[in-house]
Amino acid sequence: MTGGALAFCLIMVTGLVALIMANGLGFFWPGDIYRFTLKDGREIAGQLVEREQIPGSDTNVPGGLFRIKVKQANRDLYGTDFVWIDESAITKKDKPADAILIHRREWGDFIGVIVEVTDAGKSVAKGPQEGLKFLKSLLPQADATLAAIYAIEKGDIGQINYRQDALRLEIKKLEIKGEGARFKKAGIEAQIAELGKQYAIQSARIDELKKKQTANVKLTAAGGVEKELPLQTVVRVISPNTEGVIGKTLIYMERLWEFLSGDPREANTEGGVFPAIFGTVMLVLIMSVIVTPFGVVAAFYLREYAKQGTLVSIVRIAVNNLAGVPSIVFGVFGVGFFIYFVGGGLDRMFFPERLPAPTFGTGGILWASLTLALLTLPVVIVSTEEGLAQIPKGLREASLALGATKFETTWRVALPAALPSIMTGLILAMARAAGEVAPLMITGVVKLAPALPLDGYWPFVHLERKFMHLGFHIYDVGFQSPNVDAARPMVYTTTLLLLLIVVFLTLGAIMTRNRLRKKFAGSAV
Amino acid sequence: MSSNKPNMTPENASPQYIPGSAGGENEKKPGVRISSGNRADNSTPGSKILGEPIMEVRGLNLSYSGKQALKNINIAFLKNRITALIGPSGCGKSTLLRCLNRMNDLVDGVEITGETLFGGRNIYQPFIHVSELRKTVGMVFQKSNPFPKSIFENVAYGPRIHGVKNQSDLGGLVERSLKAAALWEEVRDRLHDSALGLSGGQQQRLCIARALAVEPEVLLMDEPCSALDPIATAKIEDLMGDLKDKYTIIIVTHNMQQAARVSDFTGFMLMGELVEFGVTTKLFQNPDDKRTIDYITGRFG
Repeated sequence: MTGGALAFCLIMVTGLVALIMANGLGFFWPGDIYRFTLKDGREIAGQLVEREQIPGSDTNVPGGLFRIKVKQANRDLYGTDFVWIDESAITKKDKPADAILIHRREWGDFIGVIVEVTDAGKSVAKGPQEGLKFLKSLLPQADATLAAIYAIEKGDIGQINYRQDALRLEIKKLEIKGEGARFKKAGIEAQIAELGKQYAIQSARIDELKKKQTANVKLTAAGGVEKELPLQTVVRVISPNTEGVIGKTLIYMERLWEFLSGDPREANTEGGVFPAIFGTVMLVLIMSVIVTPFGVVAAFYLREYAKQGTLVSIVRIAVNNLAGVPSIVFGVFGVGFFIYFVGGGLDRMFFPERLPAPTFGTGGILWASLTLALLTLPVVIVSTEEGLAQIPKGLREASLALGATKFETTWRVALPAALPSIMTGLILAMARAAGEVAPLMITGVVKLAPALPLDGYWPFVHLERKFMHLGFHIYDVGFQSPNVDAARPMVYTTTLLLLLIVVFLTLGAIMTRNRLRKKFAGSAV
Repeated sequence: MSSNKPNMTPENASPQYIPGSAGGENEKKPGVRISSGNRADNSTPGSKILGEPIMEVRGLNLSYSGKQALKNINIAFLKNRITALIGPSGCGKSTLLRCLNRMNDLVDGVEITGETLFGGRNIYQPFIHVSELRKTVGMVFQKSNPFPKSIFENVAYGPRIHGVKNQSDLGGLVERSLKAAALWEEVRDRLHDSALGLSGGQQQRLCIARALAVEPEVLLMDEPCSALDPIATAKIEDLMGDLKDKYTIIIVTHNMQQAARVSDFTGFMLMGELVEFGVTTKLFQNPDDKRTIDYITGRFG
């Protein structure tokens, strides 16, 4: 009976993980492109996504019962990425060697056959084979140009904007203070003007680079429509029907790496999730740094210092019940207390020149971490208390009998002995925090964050910034996306990634705990 | 006045006697040597080895949440002697021992009246630093309780707490303490291994070394051998014989043979009372009280 229950649970969990892996890991594999000729003469080219029985049809009749879902891409031409085809309507199905798949920066994928590649209006390569070869040779150059433009935009221009903002705030500050330092203001304004000149220089550099982007590729999509794509909109060209397994594996790896390290594209349905990974890990780490000392100190007080009585019992019950409060309630508290009260107060005190634009008075990674810390505090308190209760009385007495004070005993004997339990609490807290989404949605998570909370600008750690989070990313991509079909594999992949990150963080904590246990091997903890 | 205090000596201590009550004398002169010249029985070895008392308990009453555990205890512990406390379980001998370094303070609901003097000062006075007292009056527990640290760190724990930081000082202190506890030869090669890897007897001697490392004057031992095999017990008993040159030892034991073997003085306790206290040989061979006779002849307990 009990074994059965355990087996059932294990099967459910393994099944869930297997489902996520099956759906998520296949996403990056470049599937073959098929060309379907239909009875009505239409031609559809695309990758096979799934096959299912037509709802309501009779299974006993052979043929004509199934339909397939094809990713035909070319959203800008056809309106939708996916199309259902009844198998009975297909007259011919083949794999044209010329068909290629292009990942674009906008409008999703493109599936078609290359007609020619042009540069500055002149044709440089004609035909599918020649064109593909030429296209692939041009791509690195185009990518380099794009990267250079990006570097200027983010680096130099970003720096200029940042400094201009800072100077404008300086002026505002002077105005608020009311010190009639006219010449000071004039000096700052001169600096701003100087920065404006630099800005013009940098944008000229960008224009220069943009002039280099002259190459276009002309393709025909299934159905005979022609489309010309500027080379800078092309991310990657794949010809799945001619690639071998090794070639496809390389593409798979490349896409996986893009997923892990890149920024999102196309309303998060394409590209990478690096900012979300970063946000999740940073959130959990900040949360841990906050919750551990607070939880441990609270537990030590409850167990070691407070006089055990009704009041302490009530506090203990309240703490335990705190673990059962719905997380959104913590979120609401976070908004009300941390953001409006604490954050708003900080803004009024330290950043009056930026008002009414809030600095800390709006959702941010710090407030989200604090809210999560509050949420996971009971877990840490309870397990620390349990750890303290398990310390043999003899150890404390030994320390006290040597003339140690109560604090010395707590610090040198009880704390080290309770460390494994503290780590257990922290592991549980981290696992809970990494998977929590509801309170984050109102305390600082966003669909797309313009900048990471950690970067090269002073003070490097920007705790007031909004951030991206994998859990929210799943919700956003899966349920808020305009293109649900295209986003679905992304949901699975992101889910898998979130699971992996939770496992990774937890494993790290477990390994630390085991090291501590070994250090105190043989003790009763 | 003080010269006329023969009944301060352990031999004459009796449950009925309350020190200092005669003549309302409250002053204390611990330095006064107490002779046993007025005793008729000079053949008992105890009479020849009498010395000055280092700790004294006068009219001590102790109750746990209203339940009286010690009733009017009067006893003196002589310097550089081993005093054993025997008696059946629950008679209060461990409680009495724990009064001597205020370990009972840790228990909720304890009430103590009477005086416990160390070097002439009542250790329950508010200005006494408990940690200082416990440094001077060390304790070894029934169950060996080494810290889950290395052997070295165990012994160095006390000195570190009391401010010894220099590594070579610590090293010397650890070595001396381990030598004093007759453990050095056995562990010198593995000082930095976990103390929990030692055998039961070694762990107990490590606890003794740890207690010695803070250089106490009095060592309280609460049934230190009750969890050990006879060989380990013999080692610890030998050790106690060596230690008494430098330290005053007060040991609580269940084992009457042990008390007879190692101690100079023995007190027999029953139901929270000190029934009889005197030179060990006398108490075992010729006890005054019938309850003592019953106990040591095995009629109860």
